[in-house]
Amino acid sequence: MNVRLYTLQRLSALIMVPLIIGHLIVIFYATRKGLTAGDVLARTRGSFLWGSYYALFVLAAAVHGAIGVRSVAREWGRMVGRNLDLLMWGAGLVLAGLGLRAVWAVVIG
Amino acid sequence: MSEAVGGTAEAPANTSSHVRGTTPASGPTGKVNAAETIEVAIWRGGDEGHYETFRVPMRASQTVLDVVTHVQRHLDPTLSYRFACRVGVCGSCAMTVNGRPRWTCRTHVSKVVENGRLEIAPLANLPVIKDLATDMAPFFEKWQEAKGTFKPTVTRAEPVSDISPQTPQRRIIDAAIECINCGVCFSACDTVRWNSDYMGPAALNRAWTLVNDTRDGGNADRLFAVSQGGGCHACHTHQSCEQHCPVGLNPTASIAGLKRRTMQAYIRGELK
Repeated sequence: MNVRLYTLQRLSALIMVPLIIGHLIVIFYATRKGLTAGDVLARTRGSFLWGSYYALFVLAAAVHGAIGVRSVAREWGRMVGRNLDLLMWGAGLVLAGLGLRAVWAVVIG
Repeated sequence: MSEAVGGTAEAPANTSSHVRGTTPASGPTGKVNAAETIEVAIWRGGDEGHYETFRVPMRASQTVLDVVTHVQRHLDPTLSYRFACRVGVCGSCAMTVNGRPRWTCRTHVSKVVENGRLEIAPLANLPVIKDLATDMAPFFEKWQEAKGTFKPTVTRAEPVSDISPQTPQRRIIDAAIECINCGVCFSACDTVRWNSDYMGPAALNRAWTLVNDTRDGGNADRLFAVSQGGGCHACHTHQSCEQHCPVGLNPTASIAGLKRRTMQAYIRGELK
């Protein structure tokens, strides 16, 4: 890991911390109030706020996780060179793609 | 600093299944019975090898280096190991004793012996030359990679810099400067084991002392060097280096300092 990846991973963690706390509060609220999937969708559909919130969350998690996968592959998988960066970009794009697709589904789809 | 590597390249005659040395009935050094001997398994060979077991008389205030020396002088002169000062100054005699890297000259047998047995191996994370002697070249190459050499900003014709021991930078240096390059931290580090590019605790600790040296002019290159793939950001803060350092240094804290300093430099656009 170099200083650029290190900084990106720390910044993405910094972004995720308040978002995770908010996410947990939402989960507790939804379960305690007994909200159904329909109730949740009624709140998220067309909501710019929830869309932005979870899109940012997904992008931060994709950056953070992809850099982490790169470190695991380097240290435990003994992977080196260009393959490491290909794996990192691949993991990041897959995470971002799956996450943004889910955000799209609950906000727009 | 002179160093001694005992023994020759001759292969050990015995295998690990055979115990050589003092027996309870009779020993070469006298006054030995079963309760006063220890079983010592010593690594023989190179990176590929095996443990060979010896029985060594136990003495008062005996160090692990004394045990190794006894084996070489009395039981098997082909055993190779490295030592110089025997008093914890030179850093030559570090080995893995019962799974932990230690200075053998400053480790009393009574403190580490387990069920009357010692297992002595070369330092981990370094190529083995023979038996207990490792090749320290990769360790010192990391020093070079981390720009661990002082870059003067004045010539010897100019006055010596006046640095108060009370300045914050000097205090930071004081906390990290006593490293004698024994390689114990390098051997104890998980990240060194996992990542061959990683510079390791000693080299980065050295870089940190120079980063804080107000007389040094090499920080642009140094901060760049320790910001690359094998640099300070690979450290996972396991703190094995601090746990094992025989001098009681905390290289993890030095590495954390480098992480902060390089990240600040990166954000300011100062890293080329």
